[in-house]
Amino acid sequence: MMQVISLLLENKPGALMRVTGLLTQRGYNIESLTVARTHDPELSRMTIVVDVDAALRQQVIKQMNRLINVLQATDLTDLPAVVRELVLVRIRTTMESRTAVLKEAEIFGGRVVDSSTEGYAIEATGDPEKLNEFVDVMRSYGEIEVTRSGALAIGLEAKKLRLQPPVPTKAVTAQKV
Amino acid sequence: MSTLMNGARMLLECLAREGVECIFGYPGGVTLPLYDALYEHPIRHVLVRHEENAAFAAEGFARATGKVGVCCATSGPGATNLTTGLVDAMMDSIPIVAITGQVSSRLIGSDAFQEADTFGITRSCTKHNYLVKRLEDLAQTVHEAFYVAATGRPGPVLVDITKDVLQGQGHYQPVTAIHLPGYKVFTEGHTGQIRRAAQMIQEAERPLVYAGGGIIAAGAAAELREFVERIDAPAVTTLMGLGALPSEHPNFISMPGMHGSYAANMAMTESDVLIALGVRFDDRVTGRLAAFAPHAKVIHVDIDPAEIGKNRAPDVPIVGDVKRVLAKLNKLLAESPESTSETVTAARRAWWRRVRAWKEEHPLRPVTSETEIKPQHLMAEIDRLSGGEAIVASDVGQHQMWAAQLVRFNAPRLWLNSGGLGSMGFGLPAAIGAQFARPGKLVFALVGDGGFQMSIPELGTISSNGLPIKIVVMNNGYLGMVRQWQELFYNNRLCAVELDCFPDAAKLAGAYGFTGRTIESPRELRAALEEAVSTPGPYLLNVKVSPSECVYPMVPAGAGIHEMVLGPPQPVAVPSR
Repeated sequence: MMQVISLLLENKPGALMRVTGLLTQRGYNIESLTVARTHDPELSRMTIVVDVDAALRQQVIKQMNRLINVLQATDLTDLPAVVRELVLVRIRTTMESRTAVLKEAEIFGGRVVDSSTEGYAIEATGDPEKLNEFVDVMRSYGEIEVTRSGALAIGLEAKKLRLQPPVPTKAVTAQKV
Repeated sequence: MSTLMNGARMLLECLAREGVECIFGYPGGVTLPLYDALYEHPIRHVLVRHEENAAFAAEGFARATGKVGVCCATSGPGATNLTTGLVDAMMDSIPIVAITGQVSSRLIGSDAFQEADTFGITRSCTKHNYLVKRLEDLAQTVHEAFYVAATGRPGPVLVDITKDVLQGQGHYQPVTAIHLPGYKVFTEGHTGQIRRAAQMIQEAERPLVYAGGGIIAAGAAAELREFVERIDAPAVTTLMGLGALPSEHPNFISMPGMHGSYAANMAMTESDVLIALGVRFDDRVTGRLAAFAPHAKVIHVDIDPAEIGKNRAPDVPIVGDVKRVLAKLNKLLAESPESTSETVTAARRAWWRRVRAWKEEHPLRPVTSETEIKPQHLMAEIDRLSGGEAIVASDVGQHQMWAAQLVRFNAPRLWLNSGGLGSMGFGLPAAIGAQFARPGKLVFALVGDGGFQMSIPELGTISSNGLPIKIVVMNNGYLGMVRQWQELFYNNRLCAVELDCFPDAAKLAGAYGFTGRTIESPRELRAALEEAVSTPGPYLLNVKVSPSECVYPMVPAGAGIHEMVLGPPQPVAVPSR
């Protein structure tokens, strides 16, 4: 089963590499990864979907929390959470099936973002499994190209965020460590 | 306004403010500005002969003092050569700061001369690392690096600095605070859990203290001693924890694990409450995990939450600084009345009888011979000279295990060895770092003929600095530990373990300008070691020992630690998994 990990981390060069390094060093393949700045420009929120051995999940989360750039790593797999993904589909379709494509897109809550004589570009968001079905349906109407964002998750339970306050440095006056 | 200075000078300003007196390094193209600044700076630079040894020497310095050790290398090959030392420090939680030069920021990624992705390469080799591309970030970053290296669970931190930063001109702005919101250091320990631990200890019938390197890192030797005496339990210390409790302490029953004492391993297996203090249940200690301390409830104190439950799920987890947790435990135990029931008291007496019996049944006793020097004999003689007081910087292999078994350490920070990573070539450069840290101290570099040949270039560093290190080579003509495994587990098909060429010690040391000697008779051993110690300056003593000796007791890979092979006559079998 896939593990969904949500991380709050400092928006700094190398922070992403430190997090993914803990997974790649164990030979785990990352299924999806999204990362973007939060409302606080100094922080990023990351969602990782990865297949981790059940016995090692907690260990991986602890080691992520140990990283200096990571403020909080949470395993959302078994917690109440909303998981969403965005998919962009470009479809080439015949004139005859254009209406049918639109109807199908509508069923999935898709929205046309570009239209040409060759076909459409459609965006849809939703549960990643729902989007699999959407992509399958679209494929039955013609040649498609797909880009997916990867899962974005948000926990529904407030989790206390423990942050370290600034520590006055001893080095202001020359002093031994 | 402070004076205008270049980045290199500013870096030295930061180091001086961190109390750095000595750095181990090797110069190169992009660190030229740094060496130009060092030319007129009071910080002492020790020129080693290979960057890997700069990292090991910085580790030796840190291990011998508890202060942050500093090493320095140029970009590209200089930085990549540091990596073994960085991982070594990571595995043993040793605080070092590594400074590396990087090509100018505009050249990064262009395959410039001596360019390597140091920041990327060392990501997994360090507790944290930095790439500094702007002069205004330099001071904050360097102070942060020292803070991260020394606090929490200590470890190596690398600061990669581009040449343009080292050359740029600016003012040193004193750094007043370190702000790392994600760097959580847990020190206090949960009061409720400490209370539970105290109760569990008081009710224990067969308690055992299992203490490790964390005690030394935390400076908690006094608290440990008080604790052990207060509860009067037998105590083992791991390879990393030797000296945390004096070897001569009556409660000390030596080291557990693959080459641990019979008493330590049996006590581990039979204990009902295991008090684990600053240890990580390393595979070399636990053997087959399923068979490890099967009857014990475990109290695990560690400053790193990621260590709790990693290998063994504890019954009472305590995340905190072991020094503070032990102080609280001692206070609790002192305050609470002797609640120990008669049954417990009787059980404890019976427990001590069993432990003493194990100790007497199979003691760690040096083997001697009339005709050849047994390696254990060598260790016993080093022990006699040291009296538990000398620094012994060990390399990796059989000699390391024999020394751990037979040489006493009556204080922390005397036994310096590469425990987690097991890096051959560690001993000699670590001794260099330790001797700089403790100039008046007797320092042995105890090495095998394999590891020594990895670090021969450092004889130059020793000689040019007049370091009075006593290098003792336990020379059995083999890569002994690998040979031991081939002998025991691979049908004695010895492959690539014979070291049939070893330099003439007198000539080799002579070539570097100091005294060396080779001995092979047990009758010469004591006098030769005494001569090495009493001769001023460095000394190389090549001791040819019995080539075929194996380290016992030994727990075969995959076995439980109570399934020890105690000596060569015993049948050797790897139990099926």
